[in-house]
Amino acid sequence: MTLVNAIVQGIFLGAFYAVLACGLSIMFGVMRIINLAHGDVAVLGAYLTFVVVERTGQSAFVAFAIALPVMLVLGYILQITVLERSLKAGILTPLLATFGLSIVIQNLLLIAFSPDVRSLGGSAGAFTTASWHVTSELSISAFGVLVLVVAVIVFGALQLFLSYTRAGWAMRATAEDPDAAELVGIDSRSVYARATALAVGIAALGGLFLGIRSAFDPVSGPTQLIFAFEAVVIGGMGSLWGTLLGGIALGLAQTLGAQLHPQFSVLAGHLLFLAVLMARFGGARLTLRLAR
Amino acid sequence: MSLLGVEELDCRYGLLQAVRGVSFDVAQGEIVALIGANGAGKTTLLRAVAGAHRPHTGRVTFDGADVTRLPAHRRVSLGIALVPEGRRLFPTLTVEENLKVAAASNRRGRWNVQAVLDAFPLLQARRKVRAANLSGGEQQAVAIGRALMSNPRLLLLDEVSLGLAPVVVEAVYRSLTDVIKEGVTVLLVEQDLTRALRVAGRVICMLEGRVVLEGEARLLDRDRVVAAYFGLRRPAAGGASA
Repeated sequence: MTLVNAIVQGIFLGAFYAVLACGLSIMFGVMRIINLAHGDVAVLGAYLTFVVVERTGQSAFVAFAIALPVMLVLGYILQITVLERSLKAGILTPLLATFGLSIVIQNLLLIAFSPDVRSLGGSAGAFTTASWHVTSELSISAFGVLVLVVAVIVFGALQLFLSYTRAGWAMRATAEDPDAAELVGIDSRSVYARATALAVGIAALGGLFLGIRSAFDPVSGPTQLIFAFEAVVIGGMGSLWGTLLGGIALGLAQTLGAQLHPQFSVLAGHLLFLAVLMARFGGARLTLRLAR
Repeated sequence: MSLLGVEELDCRYGLLQAVRGVSFDVAQGEIVALIGANGAGKTTLLRAVAGAHRPHTGRVTFDGADVTRLPAHRRVSLGIALVPEGRRLFPTLTVEENLKVAAASNRRGRWNVQAVLDAFPLLQARRKVRAANLSGGEQQAVAIGRALMSNPRLLLLDEVSLGLAPVVVEAVYRSLTDVIKEGVTVLLVEQDLTRALRVAGRVICMLEGRVVLEGEARLLDRDRVVAAYFGLRRPAAGGASA
């Protein structure tokens, strides 16, 4: 039964990782940008929500609804002011630009909020700590279910957007061939800016979940980035549903790893990530060598 | 009056000068063929007209307005559409999605998905198929249809026959002739001299980035065109001087 519990908790944890990874996957899929500031953007979203909670006394969910439009606008501006310029300079420049952005965000947060650890758990309502004890060893937390449902809704909505709307086709067309997209009347600049806005908005959602399920400080971003990055790679770079499955695989590896030994949790996730990398790239090289 | 005006256009890739001081006009309803050997600058010229290549100097005017600095997507909404070399479809989008994504919201006209499928009957059964899984001829038909979806006033065609079997080229051109009859102005690049002279009303021959010969297709004699094409002797027409 503890194994079943570990699997259930792993799926909930994985859904959280998938939400974190979603924006990373969008930006890589549409623009081939690896956003090293993605984790910091998520933490920024958490802080913004935290500020709104402090000012208005509303619940974290209401505060997030207020913070979200701000984050979307920030994402749009980030694209047209920083990332668009860096994209023109080759594929490595956006990587460096987002690395710098990560440091800037962390330091701005340090100045504004001090290194104190914050949490949104207290302002999210009693519901987030509620759980159903199915048996003595299997408990299903309401918040875990919420994260899983939201994750499926986010990925499902993205799929519908990309498959059935003109803006979605334009995004896929631009991802595949920005030059040809321009030639059929698509404003690729605007598509890129919308993709980044979307990615930043969903990252902020990940920040909200991070703040409710645990705590954050100005330098929490990079850790979140690693988990998000692993989820994207496990699921296959740039694949949408792959990212959801990759997140869940990572979550499962961590909770199942913790069954062996509590300290083995995070390591198990990394090992899964390395195993996938080996299988995908190391294996290919091995066959090439054998072929020679 | 002229629909498209190209004035002293100069296009470069770094130090390489692909188009050197080219000027010409295309009148409303005309069909003009750009011919010339590989590397003569035809594709670059077409891309500069479409807005995909920013010229170094010179001007492009469309319907009397200077469009030289307009990005490609804005030119589409004015009525310029390019069928690019190599077709450049969106491979994971279906035929229908490739067409629908190109529908310009501000340009109403006779072209829509159904009209394109009617003009290219070979696509009828393939509308839900991903572009990557189409044959070359089908891909070319989608590429032309995609350009038509914006109801262009000026259609730019870059080597639509490239890499296609002769029988497929024939079918593509047959559909194209029907399209041209609708009154759209066409500027096309074609390697096949015979076909270019047959389809076009006027021919512009380029050599090493310059216009070396220009004239009405029915008045040009083939030997002169061939000579200009390969630069065997430099004709005085077009004012080319190195």
